[in-house]
Amino acid sequence: MAAFLIRRGIGAILVCIAVTFIVFLIFIVVPGGGATGTAQRIAGKNATPDLIKSVEHRWGFDRPIYVQYWRLMHRMFTNNLVSYTSQQKVLTQIWQGMPATFSLTIGAGIIWLFFGILVGVISAITAGRLSDRVITVLALIGISMPVFWLGIIARYYLAEGGVTTFFPDGEYVGITSNPLAWFSHLFLPWIVLAVLFIGFYGRVLRGNILDAINEDYVRTAKAKGLSPRRIMVKHVLRTSLIPIVTLFGLDFAGVLGGGAILTETVFDLHGVGQYAAQSINNFDLPPIMGVTMYGAFFIVCFSVVVDLFYAYLDPRIRPT
Amino acid sequence: MPERLLEVDDLSVHFATEDGMVRAVDGVSFALDRGEVLGVVGESGSGKSVTAMTIMGLTRGVNAKFGGAVRYQGTDLLQVSDTEMQNYRGNEIGMIFQDPMTSLNPVYRVGEQITEAIRAHEQIDKRQARKRAVELLKQVGIPNPESRVDDFPHQFSGGMRQRAMIAMALSCNPAILIADEPTTALDVTIQAQIIELIGRLKRDFDSAVIMITHDLGVVADIADEILVMYAGRVVEAAGTRDLFYDPQMPYTWGLLGSIPRLDRPRPERLYSIKGAPPSLINAPPGCKFRPRCPHAFEKCVEEPRLEQRVETPGHLDRCWLDVEYKRAHRGSMIHGDTSEAA
Repeated sequence: MAAFLIRRGIGAILVCIAVTFIVFLIFIVVPGGGATGTAQRIAGKNATPDLIKSVEHRWGFDRPIYVQYWRLMHRMFTNNLVSYTSQQKVLTQIWQGMPATFSLTIGAGIIWLFFGILVGVISAITAGRLSDRVITVLALIGISMPVFWLGIIARYYLAEGGVTTFFPDGEYVGITSNPLAWFSHLFLPWIVLAVLFIGFYGRVLRGNILDAINEDYVRTAKAKGLSPRRIMVKHVLRTSLIPIVTLFGLDFAGVLGGGAILTETVFDLHGVGQYAAQSINNFDLPPIMGVTMYGAFFIVCFSVVVDLFYAYLDPRIRPT
Repeated sequence: MPERLLEVDDLSVHFATEDGMVRAVDGVSFALDRGEVLGVVGESGSGKSVTAMTIMGLTRGVNAKFGGAVRYQGTDLLQVSDTEMQNYRGNEIGMIFQDPMTSLNPVYRVGEQITEAIRAHEQIDKRQARKRAVELLKQVGIPNPESRVDDFPHQFSGGMRQRAMIAMALSCNPAILIADEPTTALDVTIQAQIIELIGRLKRDFDSAVIMITHDLGVVADIADEILVMYAGRVVEAAGTRDLFYDPQMPYTWGLLGSIPRLDRPRPERLYSIKGAPPSLINAPPGCKFRPRCPHAFEKCVEEPRLEQRVETPGHLDRCWLDVEYKRAHRGSMIHGDTSEAA
């Protein structure tokens, strides 16, 4: 097990390094434009010629490519990556956005995992019957509804300033300052973000369960005289949930890494995703680079966690 | 008089499909006594597995229709509710399946799967159940059962997995063990060991065995009685000796001819029955084997009843041919003599 962990850890570090190369290539090398052009992009839309000149020199755009890479990495890891548009340090901004993003992700993740499994199990058990068809239609609606549209509808009908005032409208309140306000501010974003995943997970799980039900070992379990409930929970669900774990790990990491751009923006949560969205709007490259690497870091970490969990769930791939 | 465990009486199992009614089993009757080994032989689609699964109540479903009766110690299992049926499955009747590679759940330890079967029927704690599992693994010939009980199925070879399946099926000491092609997926040497094991355990556990196979060779040594099935019907039923030495049904001759034998000169090639089994949706009228039978004549358009036509009591068949004619002509199909071969 230790060897497996070490091997997987080294792999993860190598992937992270590869991501830094790719970020460097995409943002610095590929667009071209020479030393001044590159500096102009980094410095932002409203940069003065003096600022551009200074960026060109300090980022080393007039020096060889490996120096440029090294200086970028140095800035990134010493918290000296600065947005020239807003005059703020990127890492600090990401750090400040993390509570909102984490709150959104963890809450929504619990909701979508729980209801996704529930919906999948119900529709598989009643496959072909009315409840299965109703769930199928609802799941397709859930998958097809754009998040920004659903978010605005929810705000319009359920939030303060709209038709009713069940929930406060937008903004993030820290859990430590007021837990109740934290919950009520996040409730709508959680639901809106979870709806898409619930439909998707439900569909995937339904298919997995219907496949697993026809497995020989399920017939064996039946021939042993086990009750239908035990067969479903211990033999069918256990194997059907393995692919769901993969999906959940990666989706969760994606949202944690700032992937819920639309939800965060619609509800004005000031999370990492919204920070990325604002930076894109302003053509502000340093924050986008920062958020990209931050997101990649979470996805890599969670794929290691998923691998470990996988080994726990399926003994066939357990390292011996 | 031996104890009568199971009576299958005019059993029929039909499945409604989009293409029509599949008559998978049509009027099958047989009886099984304690300590007896019944061989059920036939090719794919002859209804032998469906018969076995129906005894276990595993074919129940919205599209299945049953007729006749399956009486286990007097209770008609077809009438028993699905919840009550759980008390029979595994407890009174144990079953092992064709493919040991996929019949065990890959994510649970072998021991867990055996104790799960025990604890489904008996109120005993995990420690005791585990002890029983170790004991059972020992009885089916797994080396180092104390440590192998914690292995996962993928750490077992095919033969060992089938042994584990047998241990699981016998864990609650069932009166009947149904083995559905238990050796088909195994090497020939392992096959012999598994058959020998089933024979030995039958004596140790004092159970009856229904051994389903497509290979007459598998049941030759172990079975007391053999049923030959074709197109959902029993076409010949006889004591094992009678079936091998005085087979009455041309289909049985074909099956016998398809087994390589060491005690006779080798024929040019083994006999193979021409054609394919009939559709179970639109079965041909009359004798179901008629389209493939080299000896068919006018009378075969009328279906023969399963009845005794030879001197031996209990030897039943469904063939219109004259007994003496059959005895004179069956040699070519069984032994592959070139003189008369088709």
